[in-house]
Amino acid sequence: MEKHYYQKEIETMPVEDIKKLQSEKLVKQVRHVYDNVPYYRNLMDEKGVKPEDIHGIEDLHKLPFLTKADLRDAYPYGLLAKPLSECVRIHSTSGTTGRRVVAFYTQNDVDLWEDCCARAIVAAGCGKEDVCQVAYGYGLFTGGAGLHGGSHKVGSLTLPMSSGNTERQIQFMMDLNATLLCCTPSYAAYISESLKEQGYKPEDIPLKAGIFGAEPWTEEMRHQIEETLGIKAYDIYGLTETSGPGVSFECEEQTGMHINEDHFLAEIIDPDTGEVLPEGEKGELVFTALDKEAFPLLRYRTRDICVLSRKKCSCGRTFIKMAKPMGRTDDMLIIRGVNVFPSQIETVLLNEGYQPNYQIIVDRVNNNDTFEINVEMNPEQFTDKVSEILAMEKSLANAMKTMLGINPAIHLVAPKSITRSEGKAVRVVDKRKLI
Amino acid sequence: MAIKQLTIFLENKQGTIVSVTDTLAANNVNIRALSIAETEDFGILRLIVNDARTAVSKLSEEGYLIKVTDVVGVKIGDAPGKLSAALGVLSKAGINMEYLYAFMARTEKHAYVVLRVEDNATAEKALEDAGFHLITDADIDKL
Repeated sequence: MEKHYYQKEIETMPVEDIKKLQSEKLVKQVRHVYDNVPYYRNLMDEKGVKPEDIHGIEDLHKLPFLTKADLRDAYPYGLLAKPLSECVRIHSTSGTTGRRVVAFYTQNDVDLWEDCCARAIVAAGCGKEDVCQVAYGYGLFTGGAGLHGGSHKVGSLTLPMSSGNTERQIQFMMDLNATLLCCTPSYAAYISESLKEQGYKPEDIPLKAGIFGAEPWTEEMRHQIEETLGIKAYDIYGLTETSGPGVSFECEEQTGMHINEDHFLAEIIDPDTGEVLPEGEKGELVFTALDKEAFPLLRYRTRDICVLSRKKCSCGRTFIKMAKPMGRTDDMLIIRGVNVFPSQIETVLLNEGYQPNYQIIVDRVNNNDTFEINVEMNPEQFTDKVSEILAMEKSLANAMKTMLGINPAIHLVAPKSITRSEGKAVRVVDKRKLI
Repeated sequence: MAIKQLTIFLENKQGTIVSVTDTLAANNVNIRALSIAETEDFGILRLIVNDARTAVSKLSEEGYLIKVTDVVGVKIGDAPGKLSAALGVLSKAGINMEYLYAFMARTEKHAYVVLRVEDNATAEKALEDAGFHLITDADIDKL
């Protein structure tokens, strides 16, 4: 099979050359940040590191980390490295974990970001002939703008749907033969449920691929979406702080996401000590943006728990691959002393024949953690017998206990009754007030 | 022979039942009989209505989780001991019962019992053999 790349020369560059390129860019970028971002200059000075100490990627570990807390402290302009007159765009996080983060882009930043998204679209087997339905939210959220821009770069016919209004999504998809769907995986699952309810079979649906990201999802969820829509579903990763989606993307092998290493330098660190871990070890993912002009984060701690692999990929791309994040250092819930990741709960639900539509509710009553999971029932599972519904709840609770080590109370709820915001489901409600 | 029962999943939230009954009222659906099974988290509303088709389509449109189940309807005299007699027939025939509820007719001197059993056909045959009169959806419409 003929291999397709958006920027072949870079995407298939020998690893040694990539490292050389990264070293050159890092030296320049550190100088740019030190000269233009007083906030980071102070961090470097405190650590006693000067731009002259950075000769290449081997010196990366000498640089201080940036965290989400730094971004909040520096809000809104504290990490800006270019005059506002040279910036052309702002995007922002949803602010679910506190104060919003705003990121600034020069035209060059936007261009390089869109290139990254274009690489993802081509890696998903799409190109000029395709109709790309962008059902990520448009606006401050980076999802819509990123894939929209990438689709333009590739030359696909772009359907700028934004998220929501599922009836209209389906109508456009069917009437205008959309071949690529880009949205959050939970929205993809929702659209696929709706198509199934309306009687559409995979062969009736014009889509051939999907690029789904911006929230965690599991392999089981991937299989389910692929089966219902009759497509290949590809993962994409990114965060507003580093530009948006497209920091890394999946290829046809679907065994991890290639990091766009010409623009982003990745490290895995021990989240407790900050020590850099060797390739293949699990730890917190840290990114250094090598080309960003307006908002150039160095050693930004993503809080995603992840593994990197340099194993040769059959797609021909030489970029290092990151596994799907296994959880977040801050998403991890500690319930009755046990570490619980929402992704584990998703895995159990899919194994037990449920949709991954759930909400975890944790509270503390009389100094004991309560742990409840609301799960949407499939319409075909509904019965008029109370005893059967209670038995379903019990059996699901047992399966959760086996996976998690602790016993949740399961509440089956009506389909589509769990709140969704901007296509992202609210997965965790932690009501514990711990001081 | 069986009659159609609508089963509706109710979340344990204020106003859930009234929004179901409002929908039925707005569509001119008359409730003949009703029973609710409740747990701490949810309720299951079971209804016998005069126009099941309209009720199902309108409630589904509003997003309710709804299921139609065939249940056995049997007419019994409105006098002490009549229900026992009917249940005795089923018990003797070894038929397991999941739940039941009863309602009165407006004009006749009769009561009606809705029975949810494992095997409708066997239950119906046992009751008919014992001389009970079973009711159908058509009878429900006329009530």
